[in-house]
Amino acid sequence: MSTESHSTQSVGSYSGDGHTSEPLVAGSLSFHDVTRLVAGHAEKKPPFAWYPAFGLAVLGLGIFGAMIAYLIWNGVGVWGNNNPVGWGFPIVNFVFWVGIGHAGTLISAILFLFRQRWRTAINRSAEAMTLFAVVCALSFPTIHVGRIWFIYWTLPIPNQMLMWPQFKSPLLWDVFAVSIYGTVSLLFWYVGLIPDWATMRDRARTRLRQKVFAALAMGWTGANRHWRHYERAYLILAGLATPLVLSVHSVVSFDFAVSIIPGWHTTIFPPYFVAGAIFSGFAMVMTLMVIARSVYKLQNLITVGHLEKMNIIMLVTGSMVGFAYTTEFFMAWYSQVEVEQFAFINRATGPYAWAYWTMFSCNVFAPQLFWIKKIRRSIPVMFVISILVNIGMWFERFVIVTTSLHRDYLPSSWDYFSPTWVDILTLIGSFGLFFTLFLLFIRFVPMVAIAEIKAVLPQANPHYYETHNGGPVREKETVTKNTEAS
Amino acid sequence: MAAAAHSRVYAVLGEFEHAGALLKAAAGLRDAGYKKFDAHSPFPIHGMDKAMGLGQSILGFFVFGGAITGCFLGYLMQWWMGAVDYPLNISGKPFFALEPSIPIMFELTILFSALAAVFGMFALNKLPRPYNPLFYSKRFTKVSDDGFFLSIEQSDRQFDAIQCEKLLRDLGAVHVEVVEDLEIEEL
Repeated sequence: MSTESHSTQSVGSYSGDGHTSEPLVAGSLSFHDVTRLVAGHAEKKPPFAWYPAFGLAVLGLGIFGAMIAYLIWNGVGVWGNNNPVGWGFPIVNFVFWVGIGHAGTLISAILFLFRQRWRTAINRSAEAMTLFAVVCALSFPTIHVGRIWFIYWTLPIPNQMLMWPQFKSPLLWDVFAVSIYGTVSLLFWYVGLIPDWATMRDRARTRLRQKVFAALAMGWTGANRHWRHYERAYLILAGLATPLVLSVHSVVSFDFAVSIIPGWHTTIFPPYFVAGAIFSGFAMVMTLMVIARSVYKLQNLITVGHLEKMNIIMLVTGSMVGFAYTTEFFMAWYSQVEVEQFAFINRATGPYAWAYWTMFSCNVFAPQLFWIKKIRRSIPVMFVISILVNIGMWFERFVIVTTSLHRDYLPSSWDYFSPTWVDILTLIGSFGLFFTLFLLFIRFVPMVAIAEIKAVLPQANPHYYETHNGGPVREKETVTKNTEAS
Repeated sequence: MAAAAHSRVYAVLGEFEHAGALLKAAAGLRDAGYKKFDAHSPFPIHGMDKAMGLGQSILGFFVFGGAITGCFLGYLMQWWMGAVDYPLNISGKPFFALEPSIPIMFELTILFSALAAVFGMFALNKLPRPYNPLFYSKRFTKVSDDGFFLSIEQSDRQFDAIQCEKLLRDLGAVHVEVVEDLEIEEL
């Protein structure tokens, strides 16, 4: 399919990012087309593929619930965690899921501040992904404490011991960082949704849908007096979410870096964790978007050009984590600390070498293929690479947690950590939780930001209509062939 | 004035063809001296604040207040809980020091600022507003799809339904209607 479309380069800085000859929205869509295309999916019955996918996800969620119930009944002994590896799968999964969430905030906040207008195609679903990933992430430390009925001890609320949390512990900073991250992400997502709830309200046919969406839209009328404060609020939230997202994974990395375990006690951890988080999150967004755009026929809104830009970010962040892996070795050598050197040599050549090299090839080698433009724009290849990166980034956390702990200062206590079936089913189950939430989201919520997409269409620019010799003139307009064939 | 007060008329609503026409017409209403009018569009229109004669949003001050509150509360909480109410000796470290308190102070600064930004925005916009007479207009449902509207409220000092209708037409409205507030009892 080759459609002609207007280049967005011509209509000034407002309508395009000005650096690309590719239009942000393909196929010359009108405002109404965009509404119909996006809102329609949240109204009609989902495509057939949704049902088996949802069934599978709910099955996973059931497994997750069953594993947590089994854990609470029996205690944490059902996991593989034991001395010397006290932090097994739960912490690996926690860091993995928090990291996944970071791409959503990067797309919605940081790319917004940098005026990367291509983000409008993916920001809504990426933000949703952030929220659901944070839900998954928070469930792991919660069940990791063992007696989950005491989890409220981590919060500064009065309790029967008359004691307060220990504020000098990075683990407590984590409680604050991740829960505030979840809250701010929810606010950001909801504020972005208000104009789209209004669209859903105005299109609603049944009384129930009207009432629900009217409540969610809070009486939005698209008034400019409202847009004025709204846009300011959105900008401020983006400005707040940017340092927040960088701080969250830095704080997560403090859990490790503030300790004295060789392999953890490194100053490179905060930036390295943040880069890895964005890398893994982009891979997850890619996996989800490649499926969603083909199942929901959103190729005009989520174009190959958008996916290519995401691949470039994966190439950059993948190279950054590769650089960090190498720097760790350099620092271990340069420090001249024997145990530090051992920790890293053991990582690459010890009993967990298989995990280390899985991580290294998935995270460092695989994304290097994105140097080639053809591969960057090939949907099947980017899909496979995104899955590889997801796997690789899970293994990165596994390698950091396990290899640093399993051989500590005391060789007599060295051991080999193996997960139990409960560990593995809980990990699988957390994907069930994530996909259940995500599938419900694409079923009921506009999965692309309708109002934002409209604002980047060329005809959203009020000067697009300036008449000249009687007809609308589209200054310096060039008609480009949309090369996307999908 | 007296006539307007007794009628159920809420506003005069004009529909425009596109964003460009709406921008021009809004500037026209501003120049005609109207104050209680608003432009409604499916997305924010660049330059509309200027066309309507609106200044900068004051939301930033709310957020600054939130930020100061969050930061100060984070400091106070950690100092009072850790050093005053129940001092905990953690490997001989001081009961309170600024350095380890910074992450939580920072996170609370962000939390309170974000809450101030969102709820401040709602307050300035007077949202949620479940009842709005504009929703009686059938055409107005297009506002969240591809409709561009100007509304002049009867609370404007210059308001006169017939005058406003004429003015909106002169400014290029393709459709003009009078919106009534059906909740008001007819006198």
